[in-house]
Amino acid sequence: MISLAEKRKEYQNRLVEKAKKTVIVVGMGTCGIAAGGDKVWQALENAVKNKNLDIELVYSGCIGLCYVEPIMEVHRPDMPRVIYGNVNGETALKILEEHALNGKVVSDLAVAQDPKEGKTVLPEIPILNEMPFYKKQVKTAIANCGIINPDSIEEYIAYGGYEALEKVLSSMSQTQVIEEVKKSGLRGRGGGGFPTGLKWEFAYKSPGDKKYVICNADEGDPGAFMDRSVLEGDPHAVLEGMAICGYAIGADEGYIYVRAEYPLAIKRLENAIAQAEKAGLLGENILGSGFNFKLRIKAGAGAFVCGEETALINSIEGKRGMPRVRPPFPAQSGLWNKPTNNNNVETYANIPGIIRKGADWFAGMGTEKSKGSKVFALTGKVNRTGLAEVPIGITIREIIFDIAGGIQNNKKFKAVQIGGPSGGCIPEEYLDTPVDYDSLTALGAMMGSGGLVVMDETTCMVDVARFFLNFTQKESCGKCTPCREGTKRMLEILNRICDGKGKPEDIDTLERLSNVIKSTALCGLGQSAPNPVLATLRYFRNEYEDHIHNKKCTAGVCTALLEYKIDPDKCKGCGACKKVCPVGAISGEKKEAHEIDAGKCIKCGSCIEKCKFDAIIKG
Amino acid sequence: MCCCEKKDPKQEALEALLAKYKGQKGALIPVLQQTQDIYGYLPKEALQQISRELKIPLSEIFGVCTFYAQFHLSPRGRNIIRVCLGTACHVRGGAKIFERVQQELGIKDGETTEDLRFTIESVACIGACGLAPVIMVNDDTHGRLTPDQIPDILAQYE
Ligand SMILES: Cc1cc2nc3c(=O)[nH]c(=O)nc-3n(C[C@H](O)[C@H](O)[C@H](O)COP(=O)(O)O)c2cc1C
Ligand code: SF4
Ligand code: SF4
Ligand code: SF4
Ligand code: FES
Ligand code: FES
Repeated sequence: MISLAEKRKEYQNRLVEKAKKTVIVVGMGTCGIAAGGDKVWQALENAVKNKNLDIELVYSGCIGLCYVEPIMEVHRPDMPRVIYGNVNGETALKILEEHALNGKVVSDLAVAQDPKEGKTVLPEIPILNEMPFYKKQVKTAIANCGIINPDSIEEYIAYGGYEALEKVLSSMSQTQVIEEVKKSGLRGRGGGGFPTGLKWEFAYKSPGDKKYVICNADEGDPGAFMDRSVLEGDPHAVLEGMAICGYAIGADEGYIYVRAEYPLAIKRLENAIAQAEKAGLLGENILGSGFNFKLRIKAGAGAFVCGEETALINSIEGKRGMPRVRPPFPAQSGLWNKPTNNNNVETYANIPGIIRKGADWFAGMGTEKSKGSKVFALTGKVNRTGLAEVPIGITIREIIFDIAGGIQNNKKFKAVQIGGPSGGCIPEEYLDTPVDYDSLTALGAMMGSGGLVVMDETTCMVDVARFFLNFTQKESCGKCTPCREGTKRMLEILNRICDGKGKPEDIDTLERLSNVIKSTALCGLGQSAPNPVLATLRYFRNEYEDHIHNKKCTAGVCTALLEYKIDPDKCKGCGACKKVCPVGAISGEKKEAHEIDAGKCIKCGSCIEKCKFDAIIKG
Repeated sequence: MCCCEKKDPKQEALEALLAKYKGQKGALIPVLQQTQDIYGYLPKEALQQISRELKIPLSEIFGVCTFYAQFHLSPRGRNIIRVCLGTACHVRGGAKIFERVQQELGIKDGETTEDLRFTIESVACIGACGLAPVIMVNDDTHGRLTPDQIPDILAQYE
């Protein structure tokens, strides 16, 4: 067999050589670009070219600090690496001039520093690994994200990439690989948490001349972007994980099903596959071992249900993406009725590390029944949005308050939605629950894929339930009646409650419908669709009752139940509200208290934003 | 001048596409995706030709087209605006952004402006939730938006 060791040495040397120069890294994941990273890149590229500067300008995926994007880093050979946040074209040039060229850190834009041989630059700049955002994190699945250039297989290899594949092909039998994955305790990161090794074993034991490996990169849960970040930041880790799976189960072909909303991820994957084929790490006779493995990308076409694995299989086959009845399970009869193994992006990205560092290393993290680490997307009303990988078993409070920095604008925490539209919300009193598959399920939520959407006191939980039901109802594929019709009925009731027309029996009807749908729907979409309703009913029943019996929405969200009023004691009569009211509902003389005509007011909320004296109240 | 021998370049592109995928398993969806890239939508004649060449009944092709949100059977704008109404954007004011976009263009969700400049679509997550609220125009993502930024963003697209 061909060994990669020499190549790796060569690539590592190249990195060492590169580090003798000044390097500037710009974060160019989708989110970095959305925040303006491309403009930063443009400005720097022009400057480097025009002035013919001896500087390496490179890009990476993201390091997860969404809240300070766009990000750029400066590595000077004589100084620790410094990370800058919230840069723009102009400040980027300033950093280039002062820091990259003249060695003077621009301290007001610096977010963190990474000490070099124990040395730091300025004492006031936080140390990367000690920042509250990073301190409790571990980096395994996303270790390379934001560190390596995702479009360079050489860098991936220099960082130990494809060592696991080499190890598997040169020294492990199929069953040894499966045993190792079983021993690691890795559970599927796509939502259900099924033990990965066991799944591989089923596919391995299924008789068949042809087998397939699928990677589910459909990531449809709104509020989740872990898979996108892995694909954009470290695509080769996924390819390597899939090739190892192919070897273990005896498949020579695989598909990556990526949702169409991720064009950059698709581009980086295409490039990664081409590079791996060229390097002899995918395709025929990999590394001279006799093992063949070919990978293809399928772009999704915009249907949430295609994240369900049997629907996904139908979609790859070119059909409508409707779920199939199980059994048979994909391990027995999947793509084109052949034994098929499907895993999530993050699941595969964990495989190379497990093989390279050993199952025990992985199993050393996490809890008894949930091993390893998990990537979470932190979004909603938190101070620090971003991507965080934490050891499983850490508490929800630690994630939201220590890592994500608590709630924005000093508002009060109300609930966090875990597991997207199939999951549930968790209220304040359970914030100390450890995040692991079983504890979350016990609370009526679920680990899901890892999206955490934090909500504050200004969120109405009935409205949230309606929001999710609206989503699942639209995405229901219509194949089975309980889901197709049941979600519609539930949505009608929720709409009615939010419109102030709720009936006393509505709560009971919602619960009854939920239970019927959960137990009779064909696929996971329908079976889990009522979860957000059940969870909000469990923890925020009083809000439902308030809406139904008192016609009140205390969070001030449900428009039909709101009334806008001006507090005459606070009103200074400035007239600002009167000017913006689109329907002329506000009247009053200058310097005198104004009034809102409730009959005319359309509850648009424009006036409240304009009042500098907090005189307008809604409730 | 005679032009009848010259083929329409779009028609030619479609033929090349069909030649490439003919006989391949699971070709229908990529063929539809690329046909839509050629025409901007899925014209009836193109679907009929796909049906003949790939030997898939037109009814089945129609079923697939209507199942997936991505496929469109009528012409669309040159620029597609996708406004995210996913959870993270919802709790950070996505609805206000959506309102403003509709108001600026005078059209509703799923509609196209008369000059075919813009089509608006609501979507349920673009994966840039850390920057919510977010919209995507063609392949460009714009994040951390306030309604007042919308006119400037729209002005960038002709
Ligand atoms: C409606 C629905 C949507 C799903 N969406 C996804 C998804 O976007 N990504 C994913 O990996 N799994 C998704 N799943 C779960 C998959 O069916 C499957 O369990 C998973 O891909 C298995 O991978 P794992 O064992 O690595 O977790 C979804 C399931 C349902 C019912
Ligand atoms: S549960 Fe819903 S999405 Fe699943 S098969 Fe039935 S109708 Fe389709
Ligand atoms: S909520 Fe809107 S309509 Fe009502 S008073 Fe204020 S500005 Fe006027
Ligand atoms: S903006 Fe506030 S202070 Fe000014 S008139 Fe209106 S309610 Fe009174
Ligand atoms: S910084 Fe890229 S995921 Fe947000
Ligand atoms: S919820 Fe809007 S980008 Fe994810």
